[in-house]
Amino acid sequence: MNWTEFLAMGGYAAFVWPSFGLTLVVLIQNIRAARRLHATAREEALRRLDAGRTQS
Amino acid sequence: MPRTSALQAMTLTYRRDLVLAFRHWEQVAQPVVFFAMVTTLVPLALSPELNELRQVAGGMLWIAALLAALLGLEFLYRADHTDGTLEQMLLSGQPLGLLAAAKTAAHWTACGLPLVLVSPLLAVTLGVPTEALCTLMLSLALGTGILSALGAVGAALTLGLRRGSVLLSLLVLPLAMPALIFGARAVDMAIQGEVARGPLLLLGAMCVLSLTLAPFAVAAALRISLE
Amino acid sequence: MNWTWFHKLASPPHFYRIAGRLAPWFGWPAFLLIVVGLYGGLVLAPADYQQGDGFRILYVHAPSAWMSMFIYSTLAIAAGIGLVWRIKLAHAVAAASAPVGAWFAFLALATGSLWGKPMWGTWWVWDARLTSELILLFLYMGLIALRASIDERERADRACAVLALVGVVNLPIIHYSVYWWNTLHQGSTITKIGKPSITSDMLWPLLVMMVGFTLYFAAILMTRLRAEVIRRERDASWLREGLAR
Repeated sequence: MNWTEFLAMGGYAAFVWPSFGLTLVVLIQNIRAARRLHATAREEALRRLDAGRTQS
Repeated sequence: MPRTSALQAMTLTYRRDLVLAFRHWEQVAQPVVFFAMVTTLVPLALSPELNELRQVAGGMLWIAALLAALLGLEFLYRADHTDGTLEQMLLSGQPLGLLAAAKTAAHWTACGLPLVLVSPLLAVTLGVPTEALCTLMLSLALGTGILSALGAVGAALTLGLRRGSVLLSLLVLPLAMPALIFGARAVDMAIQGEVARGPLLLLGAMCVLSLTLAPFAVAAALRISLE
Repeated sequence: MNWTWFHKLASPPHFYRIAGRLAPWFGWPAFLLIVVGLYGGLVLAPADYQQGDGFRILYVHAPSAWMSMFIYSTLAIAAGIGLVWRIKLAHAVAAASAPVGAWFAFLALATGSLWGKPMWGTWWVWDARLTSELILLFLYMGLIALRASIDERERADRACAVLALVGVVNLPIIHYSVYWWNTLHQGSTITKIGKPSITSDMLWPLLVMMVGFTLYFAAILMTRLRAEVIRRERDASWLREGLAR
């Protein structure tokens, strides 16, 4: 497996690698965003429930 | 059982809307003036040569008319929503879809039709030959009809929202693109002397489709927005 | 027919738990399949006769485009179910799916553009597929914008449902118009994008990537749905124990 040849992608490296790179970035960011949304929702809900508890 | 039939209610709504629209005739004039101004932008941006303008006339006239019609959509429900008439319509017991269809028809008469009638004048300024004017008017009549129907759905969904008019344009424009494709093509064919049967028939089909389906969507959307 | 399993599924506390359990079962296989697909597409598949190694962009472009359309259909069906049967979870599915679908549409356009530049010489071409994809992105953005503009959740859900259904009815019309419009002005440029003559050793990584992306979406959807359920069940009593897990 010739690494230089692989990375060069037959001369199309400037287009192939950014495509795959962009795809990976978007996929990973979506995972992080989804998890962050969930975590924030949980925190807020728990905080509100606690506040409700101490009041009642 | 309501005392007036649905048909009577529709006719009443249609006439009332027309009277109200023409009472504030500047509301009727605004889309027309906008149409004229955007058409003027074309030679300013491109070239004063009629030969060059003729190449893009079909598309440009259609874009200008589309944007002008979009502008006019704002007036469809705004007044009735503010003074509560829209809610009365909801509660009246008449089929909401039919009343909405009547309002849409009135809106087209007050907004779309003037655009159609003015279009030959503006077309001539872009070098469109006389033989193509009939096709132009017919295509715009169908196109503004489609836009009134689709726009009514968008207007009902965005009723009362802040910055609703910008949002309305964003929602309606993608849906209007097929009409634009065929309408502009029809005018271009006519400019080149061909009979634009295909595109006009497709426009007609889209018009019929939107006129029959839109009232259901509009009724649903109005109920959602008013409850 | 005993429908209790369905009602149980749609009940928020149960769904919250089940979604949490399902997510890794979608996520890890997705990861595996995507890795395998990438290896197959970048290393194993032979270079194309005409497009050389440049065609490999297909392995991210086509799955992204497929996902953008699959997600829109899913969204529209969920929205329709939510509207007709008034099931809140269905509306939650529509709400959670829209941003993901929009991202895939964006990816399809970006990778399509990167593919087009070496093949046609320009960064953008009003190719039928790309134009259609762009309009789909606009439809997504409309949905997201509408939801963001309406404060009351129920009105937002139902308004977006109507919009999604109107969009899905218009999609075939839009597709057909754009293809028709494109053939008009074809001239001599033949769009080669997406159509390298595909042999089976080029095909399997593509299928693997498509399945991988679909499972990935399922995993993301589960997580986003859990967040949606929490937010929608604001003051429900099950939250305390449900969230402690």
